[in-house]
Parts: sequence; C-alpha cells; structure tokens
Amino acid sequence: MTTQMTIPYYPGCSGKGTSKEYDLSTLGICEALGVDLVEIPDWNCCGSTPAHTVNHVLSCALSARNLALVSKMGFNEVTTPCPSCLTNLKVAEHKMHKESFRAETNALLDIPYEDDVEAKSVLQILYENVGTEAVAARVKKPLEGLRVACYYGCIMNRPPEVMDFDDPEHPMAMDHLMEALGAEVIPYPLKVECCGASYGITRRDIVSKLSGKLLEVAESLGVDAVVTACPLCQMNLDMRQSQINTDNGTNYNIPVFYFTQLMAKAFDLSYRIQGLNKLIVSPKTALARIGKVVEKPVEKVTEEAAEK
Amino acid sequence: MLLSNKKEVVSGMNTYKIASVDAAFTAEVEERSGQIMSQCYQCGNCTAGCPYTFAYDIPVNQIMRLIQLGQRDTVLKCRSLWLCATCQSCTTRCPNNIDVAGVMDHLRHMAREQGYATEKNVKIFVDTFLESVEKYGRVFEMGLMTNYVKKTGRFWTDMDLAPKVLPKGKLPFKPHPIQGRGKIAEIFKRFREGQRK
Repeated sequence: MTTQMTIPYYPGCSGKGTSKEYDLSTLGICEALGVDLVEIPDWNCCGSTPAHTVNHVLSCALSARNLALVSKMGFNEVTTPCPSCLTNLKVAEHKMHKESFRAETNALLDIPYEDDVEAKSVLQILYENVGTEAVAARVKKPLEGLRVACYYGCIMNRPPEVMDFDDPEHPMAMDHLMEALGAEVIPYPLKVECCGASYGITRRDIVSKLSGKLLEVAESLGVDAVVTACPLCQMNLDMRQSQINTDNGTNYNIPVFYFTQLMAKAFDLSYRIQGLNKLIVSPKTALARIGKVVEKPVEKVTEEAAEK
Repeated sequence: MLLSNKKEVVSGMNTYKIASVDAAFTAEVEERSGQIMSQCYQCGNCTAGCPYTFAYDIPVNQIMRLIQLGQRDTVLKCRSLWLCATCQSCTTRCPNNIDVAGVMDHLRHMAREQGYATEKNVKIFVDTFLESVEKYGRVFEMGLMTNYVKKTGRFWTDMDLAPKVLPKGKLPFKPHPIQGRGKIAEIFKRFREGQRK
C-alpha cells in the first residue's frame, strides 16, 4: 500500500528555524508513507522574495546552485515544503530555458547548472505520488469532529504557468488530504489571498489588515483551526495573531496548523514529530473536539419540524 | 503621441501632471520585463484583486498606464513598488496575460539602480536579508532581526513577541553557516562586478 520513492529534499531556511515543526512533521509523515526525503547536501538559501526584488539573475543563481546539487545527486526532481523556496526553484528552472539568461546566471556560479530539475511542493508529492487513498489508509486516529479551513497562501499555485499544480484560484489538494484524515473541511473563500508576507517586520499595519481579514472570515465560518502550507502564512496568522488582535481590537483565538502536523496527528506519530507545542496559539481546545459528536444545527431544525 | 505637453490625466483619486513623455522608459520596461505594455487596456482587474491597494500611493493599473505614458520619475518614485509582495494575483488574473507582478519586480530593480527607495525600511529589510545569505549561505533569522533593528533604530519591532516566541526554541541564537558559504559570497561578488560594468 505504501509508496516507495526517494526524492531530494530542500527544507528552506525557515525549516531550520521558525518553521521547525513544518520540517519535522514533513519528514515524519513522509517516512510513514514510504517517501524517502534526502536532504540536499550543503544547500543554500534561495534568496526568497528579497533576491528577486533586487535582481533576477542573482535570484536564479542562488536557486540554480541548489538545482545543480540535485543533479549531482543523480536526480531530476526535488521537493520543498515552502512555497517561497518552491517559487524560486521553479522560476529559476523556467527562466533558464532561455539560453542568454542561462549563460548570464551560470556566469555567477562555480558549477554551471545544465540539466532540467523539476521542483514540486511536498503537498504536490503527497497528493499526486502518494494519493489520498494511501493517506487515508495510514490514519490511526481520524480527526473526526475537527472543522478546518484550508489556506494555501498566494504563491503555492500562482501563477499557474510556472507553478503548474492544482487550481490557481480554488486549489483543493490540501482540502482532500484533510478529508482523508477525517477532518471536516469548511469551504474557505480566501484560500489564495495574500497574508501580508514579510511586511510584518517593516509594515505591521499591512499584515494586521490582510491576515486580520483571513482570521475574520475563518472565525465567521466557525472553524476550529486554519491549516496552512506556508511558513510565512503560518507565522503571520499564528505568531502575529496577538498583534492582529491588538491592532484591530479583535479577540481571535484560532490555532493555525501546518497540514503536515495534522497528518502526523492522525497517523499517531510521536509528539516530537507533531510539534504541536511549537505553536503560539494553543491548539488544545480545537484538538479536544476530535472524536466528539458535533451537534448539527440542521438536524435540530428537522426535529423541531417533526414535532410540529 | 496622444498626449501633448502639460495635460493632466485624471484617474480615480490620483491626478498626474504629464509634463513630458519619456518613450525610452516605456521601451526599457518592455525590454527588461519582456511584456508589451500597449496590451494593457485598463480593465482594472489587477487592482481589483490586489490586496495591497489600500497601502499603495498609486494602484497597480495606474502604474501600468503611467508606464505607457512614459512617466519615469512618477513610477520609479512611487511607494507601491516597495509594497508589492509579488502575490501573483494580478499576473494570474490579467485577461491579456501580462505578467504584471513581473513588471513590478523590474520596476523595483530600476528604482534601486536609480537610487530611489521610497519605503526605506522595506529596502533595509531586503538588504539585511541578503547580507545574511551572503555571509552564511542561509538566512540567520535572529541575526536578520537584530541587524534590521540596529539599522532602522526601530528597537521596539516585535518586542512584544519575544516572550511568546523565544521559549518555543525555534530561533537559534547562533548562525549555522554552510560549508559552501564562500561559494555563495562569490555569487554576490560576481553579481556586483557585473553590475558595475
């Protein structure tokens, strides 16, 4: 039943810091599903958004070094949990199809990047290579009763010509994976809206407004938690939730998981792999709902109607 | 040219004085971005989907129009360039397949080259981030924060989060440089040499 595959792994800088729990849970669930992630030896930072806002050749050179390292490992595919890293790896590959651009980029590198290496998100690997059936089969403790909103962030699927996975306006991969875990997925209309990205540091008002809207809609839908696939989205919604509340005069208390953490939870993997203690907003109340029978208002109406 | 000198373009809340048209600017944006600016017919879809319009001084569709009109200084000095997060909403939704977010990226490059930085702290953040990459090969998050605070003097930045985040043990206090950090520094060095030429 389990998939057996080996794929080079690019954790990204935040995976070794602020999104440690994303990295740990990704490694844990992939192992459980028979996906062997091999970390690229001595990988470097992709430069994230700062690099491409300064210069595209510089940005692509930083990513191309990593792609060249993947080639050296003897692979033509690489996976990363972080959408920002993913974008940079994909854009580098995309832009370097143009000969003049490739030459300019390679001129900055020690070892030129000459091959084609395709980057895919961990979400894509889990959805396409492993599949929801295999995920469902691995579940030991279903998340029944947990109502979640799946939030993909702005660049996981956009622009579609580059990202080439799922629907750019209405992605569903994470929704289906959460359903496979037994969670109740509430349709979330803001699944690809921007959270305010890294402006939390430079222009906190922007994050408070944009992430505030994301939390407002999540709360209005009555979800127990928001599920994310991006370290920056997760950090803005979770770590900055108190700032958002201060700035907007709100009182949200919504836990924000990485989708891999909920998979680890449903697979009943170790607490270390789940990394739930790393979250800033406590997930205790939300997780306590798992296994509880949820009262459905619709049924109540039917009963009342029946009495009449 | 459709517009003679000293005419005004009135669009929404903003009024721009069109003193002269710098056609070379339009051509330069087209050359760098690979996009054909005349394909924009001002439907406004980019601005409709842009989450940052509330913070912009010039909405993105108007930036597109100002490029068509060769308004170099107005465009390169606008704050919007520094506030665009490249969320790709505009590019994804443009009915004429213009890579609008790509154009914004190239405008930022041009603004930088001309020494404009109308959102100074954003530029400082970007520079500090890349300095960290150049030095260690990876971003050292804690160092990035402390250097940003040092350079901007904004010592209160995220101070409120420290007691919540630090006990989680997610932020290493020391950088973990990669073995190939010399190679990364070389990439930056060659890049700067190329820029000077």
